[in-house]
Amino acid sequence: MTLKTLMIGTALSLVTAAPVFANKADDTLHMAITKELESVDNYYNSAREGILFTRGVWDGLLYRDPETGEMKGNLATEWTWIDDVTVEFKLREGVKFHNGEAFNADDVVYTVNYMVNPDNGVKVMTNVSWMKGAEKVDDNTVRINLNAPFPPAEDYLASVVVIYPDEYYAEVGPSGMATKPVGTGPYKVDTVEPGQRYELSAYADYHDSPKGKAQIGKIEIKTIPDMNTQVAELFNGGLDFLWNVPADQAEKLAEMDDRFDVVNAQAIRIGYITMDAAGAVDPDGPMTKKEVRQAIYHAIDRQAIVDALVKGSSEVINAGCAPIQFGCDLSVTTYDYDPEKAKALLAEAGYPDGFEIDFYAYRDRPYAEALMGMLNEIGIKTNFNYLKYAALREKREKKEVAISFQTWGSYSLPDVSAITGEFFTGGPLDDAQDPEIIDWVKQAGSITDRAERQALYSKAHAKIADEAYWVPLWTYNVNYVLSKELNFDPTDDEVIRFADFSWK
Amino acid sequence: MAVFILKRLGLALLVALTVSFLSFSLLFMAGDPAVAIAGENASAEDIALVNERYGFDRPMIVQYGDWLGSAVTGDLGNSWYFDIPVTELIADRLTVTMKLGLFAITLALAVAIPLGVAAAANPNSMIDRFALFLSVVGQAIPSFWFGLILIVIFSIKMRLLPASGNETWQHFVLPTIVLGYYATPAIMRLTRAGMMEVLSSDYIRTARAKGLRTRKVMFKHALRNAIIPVVSLAAVQMGFMLGGSIVVETVFALHGAGYLAWESIARNDLPTMQALILIFSTFYILFTFLADVLNAWLDPRLRVG
Repeated sequence: MTLKTLMIGTALSLVTAAPVFANKADDTLHMAITKELESVDNYYNSAREGILFTRGVWDGLLYRDPETGEMKGNLATEWTWIDDVTVEFKLREGVKFHNGEAFNADDVVYTVNYMVNPDNGVKVMTNVSWMKGAEKVDDNTVRINLNAPFPPAEDYLASVVVIYPDEYYAEVGPSGMATKPVGTGPYKVDTVEPGQRYELSAYADYHDSPKGKAQIGKIEIKTIPDMNTQVAELFNGGLDFLWNVPADQAEKLAEMDDRFDVVNAQAIRIGYITMDAAGAVDPDGPMTKKEVRQAIYHAIDRQAIVDALVKGSSEVINAGCAPIQFGCDLSVTTYDYDPEKAKALLAEAGYPDGFEIDFYAYRDRPYAEALMGMLNEIGIKTNFNYLKYAALREKREKKEVAISFQTWGSYSLPDVSAITGEFFTGGPLDDAQDPEIIDWVKQAGSITDRAERQALYSKAHAKIADEAYWVPLWTYNVNYVLSKELNFDPTDDEVIRFADFSWK
Repeated sequence: MAVFILKRLGLALLVALTVSFLSFSLLFMAGDPAVAIAGENASAEDIALVNERYGFDRPMIVQYGDWLGSAVTGDLGNSWYFDIPVTELIADRLTVTMKLGLFAITLALAVAIPLGVAAAANPNSMIDRFALFLSVVGQAIPSFWFGLILIVIFSIKMRLLPASGNETWQHFVLPTIVLGYYATPAIMRLTRAGMMEVLSSDYIRTARAKGLRTRKVMFKHALRNAIIPVVSLAAVQMGFMLGGSIVVETVFALHGAGYLAWESIARNDLPTMQALILIFSTFYILFTFLADVLNAWLDPRLRVG
């Protein structure tokens, strides 16, 4: 009898102590990320998840409308290019940081000059290193000086370059900003438990920004490393929003359409195969022969992999860039799936019986295995090497990788300078080392005339395709799962803007 | 005795040093720390800057000396990844892991020892079969799957317990069951085997012949002798659990030290790794030492030396 009472008592206490989830009722959006996030200080963070904070907590001088692509003022109201390397901003008046500090020219000058100083060790230096510095004209006017003409400057100012409060940052520095972030954005940060949990709440005094005011009162972001656990939390109401859900799980969740909405959108990330065309790994290796590279291109049934594995709104691409990026010319030479032609090309190159080669990849193992299977079909025997990103990159820089499956997310920048400019300008990850392409791409990266830039990138992409330096594969896609109470319309750049969330 | 303890401590310190030096070199061999710190989207320029800033271009032995120098003064540095002091980071994570480890080993002992004794007292009975079944299943079920099944039953279907997090004691119930169950079979089988052996020995027969009650024979005479290897095993298990269970911590999103260690390797977060390795190896050394003391207390024959 006593045991029975005890058991019932325990069970009851568990029931009453069970967590209560309210969500819409208590105006709190619960979401999860998979990765333990590093410092949330925008300038000391290179993770995709960090972009959420960047866009939600801070503001840039400019803002690019994700729907129309139109550039608008955010912390600045007007901007004029004085010349190719100088741009002047009229700042918005009356803006206050979350801690009450007033926003003015000093904040812009301090932020820019602090970040461009190499001694301060900003993590993604290329985000800021194109600027020489900033100078104050008057309280509401600043000039930013560039080192050299930099066409995507406005895109950087609308995304990765956000403005910090000068007095606060001078006092607390990057580690202070990491634990108590202060910005001007639509959400302010209430709690940071590094790598575990973050609480944000709507900033009532948010200025009249094109981002729009926050529509949901509070956002709680938890780190849950296992996707299965995230789905479990979604089921019991502990979460309202998941992203990056794998295709197979997204399909199952989509069947339960009375409880969840599954939305799929493209990401700016693309996949590609890069090959040692310049012969840095092996001067006489098979990859140095154009016919072999073309054979590899013909051997791969990209559409089949997209249909079977990548799924969603992903599409096959013929140039190594995301279609939404400026300068991405997709009207280049294509190589359809044709294993017979591939074998003929191999024979022509002097490999009638194929050859053996080490194949490298660092993510999406199933895709890599499918690619290798197709290469095996035409007689190329592949030894699979699956490495951590850092290890593979190091091996590539040491010229030990003749062929690998890579992906690139272009920092979400809608301009091919972030991908073609990164990999075809003679750097250590440029496998082609084609002097003509290097010349075109470098030139396109240093002039501002859009038509001229487009023409140069088109020439470069055409030659990359003709020479088959890369095998461009597909765009990536992201699955978002939403509770029925939630409204959210994802954009094609994999950037989640907190102010876009609302309850139904 | 004091000399003996001092010698042991000296040895322990040497072990800890060797472990930390080996792990330091292994981490350097595993990949370029600059590439890992700069992150997946970094350009070559970014990586060169990281190299310069952290001084990775210096010889490894110099860097190790640097680390050791500050470590002995209690300064374990800042985590390269989180940019907060390592001590702060670890204190937080270790509390979670220690709670879980203590709960789990308590559960494991509370289930395994009585069951092992009962099984040994009644060989080939229903209870023995049941114990055998339990341990076979315990060894065979992968913990991630068991964890998910518990989540489905208790968190989704019955809505009794939370599925993830570490805020309240309820959050620890399911992880404790998974981790504790994982440690149960070995302890139970060892208890059973030890008891079987002891129960067939002469002094037990004598004790029974004297007319002592079964309960007294079992617990005062038999178990005390049978449990000595179990104590050593439990100490090792305890050390293992305080090192954190990567799988259990991942499934239940507990944010413990084990998961932190695992992730820190991938991030090449050297200061965090080094500190964790130091702490984990200290745990092992400490628990082995405690097990020796406990065994000596249980068995006077071991008190010599």
